[in-house]
Amino acid sequence: MSTESSNIVLKTDNLSIGYRKKNDTHIIVSGIDIEIKEGELVAVIGVNGAGKSTLLRTLSGIQQILRGKVFISESDLSKTDASELSKNISLVLTEQLISKNLSVLELVALGRQPYTNWIGRLNKKDLKKVMHAIRLVNIEDIKNKKCHELSDGQFQKVLIARALAQDTSLIILDEPTTHLDLYHKAYVLKLLQQLSRETNKAILFASHEINLALQLCDKLLILKDKKALFGKPLDLINSEAFNDLFPSHLIHFDKASSSFKIK
Amino acid sequence: MLSQRKYTFALIILFLAVILTGLFNISLGSVNIPVADVTSALLGFEVDKDTWRYIILNYRLPKAITAIITGSGLAVSGLLMQTLFRNPLAGPYVLGLSSGASLGVALVFMGASIFGASFAAILLSKWSLVIASSLGSLLVLFAVILASIRLRDTMAILIIGLMFASLTAAIVSVLAYFSPASQLQQYVFWSYGSLGNLSWNEVIILGLFWIIGILISIGSIKNLNSLLLGEQYARSLGTNIKRNRFMIIIATSLLAGSITAFAGPIAFVGLAVPHLVRQVIPSANHVTLVPAVIFGGAILMLICDIIAQLPGSEFSLPINAITSLIGAPVVIWLLVRKRKFNF
Repeated sequence: MSTESSNIVLKTDNLSIGYRKKNDTHIIVSGIDIEIKEGELVAVIGVNGAGKSTLLRTLSGIQQILRGKVFISESDLSKTDASELSKNISLVLTEQLISKNLSVLELVALGRQPYTNWIGRLNKKDLKKVMHAIRLVNIEDIKNKKCHELSDGQFQKVLIARALAQDTSLIILDEPTTHLDLYHKAYVLKLLQQLSRETNKAILFASHEINLALQLCDKLLILKDKKALFGKPLDLINSEAFNDLFPSHLIHFDKASSSFKIK
Repeated sequence: MLSQRKYTFALIILFLAVILTGLFNISLGSVNIPVADVTSALLGFEVDKDTWRYIILNYRLPKAITAIITGSGLAVSGLLMQTLFRNPLAGPYVLGLSSGASLGVALVFMGASIFGASFAAILLSKWSLVIASSLGSLLVLFAVILASIRLRDTMAILIIGLMFASLTAAIVSVLAYFSPASQLQQYVFWSYGSLGNLSWNEVIILGLFWIIGILISIGSIKNLNSLLLGEQYARSLGTNIKRNRFMIIIATSLLAGSITAFAGPIAFVGLAVPHLVRQVIPSANHVTLVPAVIFGGAILMLICDIIAQLPGSEFSLPINAITSLIGAPVVIWLLVRKRKFNF
């Protein structure tokens, strides 16, 4: 999707996010300026209610932009319609699926919908993309199982495969590690890092796993006190951005080990 | 999609079963006509007795076609509603269509006594029933569509449909309370439903509505599949949620509304058939489910009609009682064995 002169997949310009109710605008975070390039893994971090989900919903076109601009592969998000957007952004949400009676293969294949004909018939290219996505996340062994037979960890991988099959330059994930044990949390985030390297897709996810994100991500976006801080993990640590992320009477940031410790 | 090929065989079997039950449906009745004669009459060959040909072409064939249209139409609307409202207990009548139709017909039957006898004669012709129930359905339909345009939440539409259902049911019971017994009885007879009263002209009109409704349903298959993921995912796949919802409601209204107008409020088929089909074909994919439900609905209705005719006897039972007699145990059975509930 990107032109030769730039490989920026997502760019925001002085973006404000929040809710609009009749005449009342409730801004949650303002002045967000981020730039995500191809192949980058970026985490959005903040306490509960800091605006992580609101940001992801705004970037994926579900929620209205309050102020500023969002550019997806250089085209203005507010001027892009749903069918065009579906070829640029794929999602992995925390929303429960209506039906888990689909097989893994069928669910992943639904990712091809933006490209298929009126009845959703898969051609050879679609099938190839589906199988490739399944191989990338290592779920070949369960591809014929029904989704309700899977563990949470397996199911998360299936959802990621579906997003990959959609073949977009940007994948947005909302808390992909909730409900998972520590091993699977690390596994899923490591997988995302690998995928961003191998497929050159930009991957943006919201997470509470700050310690893991610090080790794996190329860049971090910290949402705190209605403001946004964006940068490389090391730069953010050096600028002491993490020090007052949580109330300091309980948790503090240990600069030496780049992780949070309980007092 | 992928697993669809696996079910092609099942779909072919279902289709053949439709033809077979159709032939038996035409063959059995107060006069039993051999299947061989039914086949030759339908193909335009000579039949042993001229009366048989007359019975088949003017009475039993239109009734069989009505059974196929009613069964498949209601079953497809049930499937559409279950997917749209993410609710296994939704059916074609959750939009309040049948209660709207009942209100229209109740007004004709029981209102006639209020307006006087001369007016009643005009009102009680067959077409006025069709028109009244259509108007009743349309009224509720417009209210639901207005709500669906205003509302972002699909669940709210479900609640509004149910509210309309109880509202109109309440008006009907008030009317019934003040009506003389004879008119009340006519209304009750209408509510039993009937497949056999349609002339060829009426079958053709009903068939037109059916074709449009089925075509819209088939056109919605891709979007129905995306809805299996939930509305947010569907939108991210490029589905226009509001337009899709609107098309599904229109298809359901055309099917359930026209069927109720011509054949009366037939219960349970819409709710039960999609579940029955899912037990046979455990797929969530609408590419498979839509045709399977069309065939399944037609088969169930043809069988119910055979039973209702009590072959070999002079009597026939109300079709609505038969569908419910079969439908209710099915729903109970489904809920009891919920552990393997495919939805």
